[in-house]
Amino acid sequence: MSASAAYIAPDHFLVDELFSEEQKIVRGSIRDWVTRKVKPVIEDHYERAKFPDYLIREMGELGIFGPFIPVEYGGSGLDYISYGLIMQELERGDSGVRSMASVQTSLVMYPIHAFGSEEQRRKYLPKLATGEMIGCFGLTEPNHGSDPGSMVTRFKDMGDHYLLNGAKMWITNSTVADVAVVWAKDEQNVVRGLIVEKGMPGFTAPETHGKWSLRASVTGELVFDNVKVPKENMLPNVKGLKGPLSCLNSARYGIAWGVIGAAMDCYDSALRYALERQQFGKPIAAFQLQQKKLAEALTEITKAQLLAWRLGVLKNEGKVTAAQISMAKRNNVEIALDIARNMRQVLGAMGITNDFPMMRHMMNLESVITYEGTHDVHLLITGNELTGIPAFK
Amino acid sequence: MKILILIGNVPDTTTKVKFNADRTAFDASGVQWIINPWDELALTRAMELKETSGGAVEAVVVANVGRAETEATLRKALAIGADKAIRIDADPKEAGYVASQLATIAAGYDLIMAGIEAADYNGNAVGGMLAEMLGMNSVSAVSGIQIENGQLKINREIDGGSQVVGLPMPLVAIVQKGIAKEPRIPAMRGIMMARSKPLEVVQPIDAAPMTNMVTFEMPPAKAACKMIAEDQAKDLIHLLRDEAKVL
Ligand SMILES: Cc1cc2nc3c(=O)[nH]c(=O)nc-3n(C[C@H](O)[C@H](O)[C@H](O)COP(=O)(O)OP(=O)(O)OC[C@H]3O[C@@H](n4cnc5c(N)ncnc54)[C@H](O)[C@@H]3O)c2cc1C
Repeated sequence: MSASAAYIAPDHFLVDELFSEEQKIVRGSIRDWVTRKVKPVIEDHYERAKFPDYLIREMGELGIFGPFIPVEYGGSGLDYISYGLIMQELERGDSGVRSMASVQTSLVMYPIHAFGSEEQRRKYLPKLATGEMIGCFGLTEPNHGSDPGSMVTRFKDMGDHYLLNGAKMWITNSTVADVAVVWAKDEQNVVRGLIVEKGMPGFTAPETHGKWSLRASVTGELVFDNVKVPKENMLPNVKGLKGPLSCLNSARYGIAWGVIGAAMDCYDSALRYALERQQFGKPIAAFQLQQKKLAEALTEITKAQLLAWRLGVLKNEGKVTAAQISMAKRNNVEIALDIARNMRQVLGAMGITNDFPMMRHMMNLESVITYEGTHDVHLLITGNELTGIPAFK
Repeated sequence: MKILILIGNVPDTTTKVKFNADRTAFDASGVQWIINPWDELALTRAMELKETSGGAVEAVVVANVGRAETEATLRKALAIGADKAIRIDADPKEAGYVASQLATIAAGYDLIMAGIEAADYNGNAVGGMLAEMLGMNSVSAVSGIQIENGQLKINREIDGGSQVVGLPMPLVAIVQKGIAKEPRIPAMRGIMMARSKPLEVVQPIDAAPMTNMVTFEMPPAKAACKMIAEDQAKDLIHLLRDEAKVL
């Protein structure tokens, strides 16, 4: 039985009626593409810890990168719910494929569009949109993860260029990236964004091996040893942690949608299996304990869908807050991870094999619940919002 | 050269089929609608022809007989790349009625492509009827269309092989599998551009249906599958001979 041969997306509360015709066409496109191109190859790539890099140009042609970036810079000028639905469908395929697209769109194209000069926009965005260029985002450091404000990567003004020193770690797309948006401190301790290009002397990007999670996504370091960065490569229009944090807001928004796709895939596979697998003379779906798992999964998917939809409306209206995005990311990743675990159990031993997607989604979601702000930190963001007291400092 | 593609709006192929109480009509509640798969392949081929013909194909237009709900399907056809869509505002009751409606807008095209059948009622009739009504040539079971020196070269599947035919335009090609490799997936840019492409709504003419639906029957439910161990060939023979009585 192929787990996703005839995937049926759950829609218990007719959430579809909340989407526009255009948003549904967007979702259908990416759903079809994932079924055709990602599903058949993903288990093999996951096992070999290899990103299916030959898909990048196709993703570019489809318009998966920068869908909300204006057309004049190579984007598609779509709304944020469409962006969310693209992420949802990609993550039904694999969180690693979705991560690649999240980074390219929200962590690289978004800051260049929002904070870059006109020359930077014209130089990088069209090529990032087609996938001709791949980007990465360097914020996390070996000794500074949840607390990026304490970063030690720095640059000095040398008159006609900046001199960059330091290291970033856990960077998605690092080894394959043509451009890195790197956050580093200037001599006044102000965080600034620099566009560092592959091949600049002193810049290396070694891969991080041995991951049990996001195996079909490239992760590595960025090492800067006296890298001369041209002055025109600084993002002129943002100063301080606000820069990287607003990128993370955009990416977290996409994650809040994306993980629903992983959860739906697990639910769909388990429901199908439970109706077919017989024990004690009846389908295992006939037993109350299995129904409980399936019913709770559908309930949580439904709540997550409505949360994401409302978040999308607020984002389209320009009213969304960082705290709302944080809550939605936290909730939706948690339910997706729980669903992956519970749906895996529905399958018994079959659930541990790569004939079914649950183990892969489950292992992937361990990264998703960690990156872009850990589960703990997002809770503390909500706590801060309620009390006005930042408990993470 | 102008190409018209007939677009059927059919239930998604994973739909659980239900009928109304007296089994005279399909129950469409909760159904997801898609472009008829053969029509989607025809549209894909038309786009390929337009892109590779060096300007010989000026326009690809899609047309559908249906109510406002079918506009999502037409909008997707525009996102795939059609230049314009026409919707004839009527219920697509049956093939003769649909063909009569389409005949009112189908003049002036050099090539009309219709899917060999619709994934819903498997009618296999609209294309041929439309050609007859328009007094145009038609070719059935078309699995390939090329443009060579401004002429159409058409491949047909015939029993045990294939046939290449050359025909003067205008003509109706009734297309089947093979016409395009796989349906084209609309890109995000195309979806955005479809917003501003024309979707014209045309009023239907009076046309008497040529058939009427008496009743629908569901096929008998499939019996459970019996698995027989590899080394139990005897059991298999017993089941086939004594129970199924096919040996
Ligand atoms: C696969 C993958 C890809 C990634 N891609 C990128 C990327 O592209 N770019 C990038 O910049 N980063 C990336 N990251 C890094 C990611 O954002 C960090 O891992 C994350 O911010 C957490 O930092 P840390 O791992 O250093 O954990 P730490 O900050 O050391 O946290 C360890 C534990 O302590 C808890 N903790 C920390 N501070 C507090 C506090 N104040 N109160 C309570 N608990 C606390 C955390 O919740 C966690 O449980 C990626 C990570 C992974 C796993």
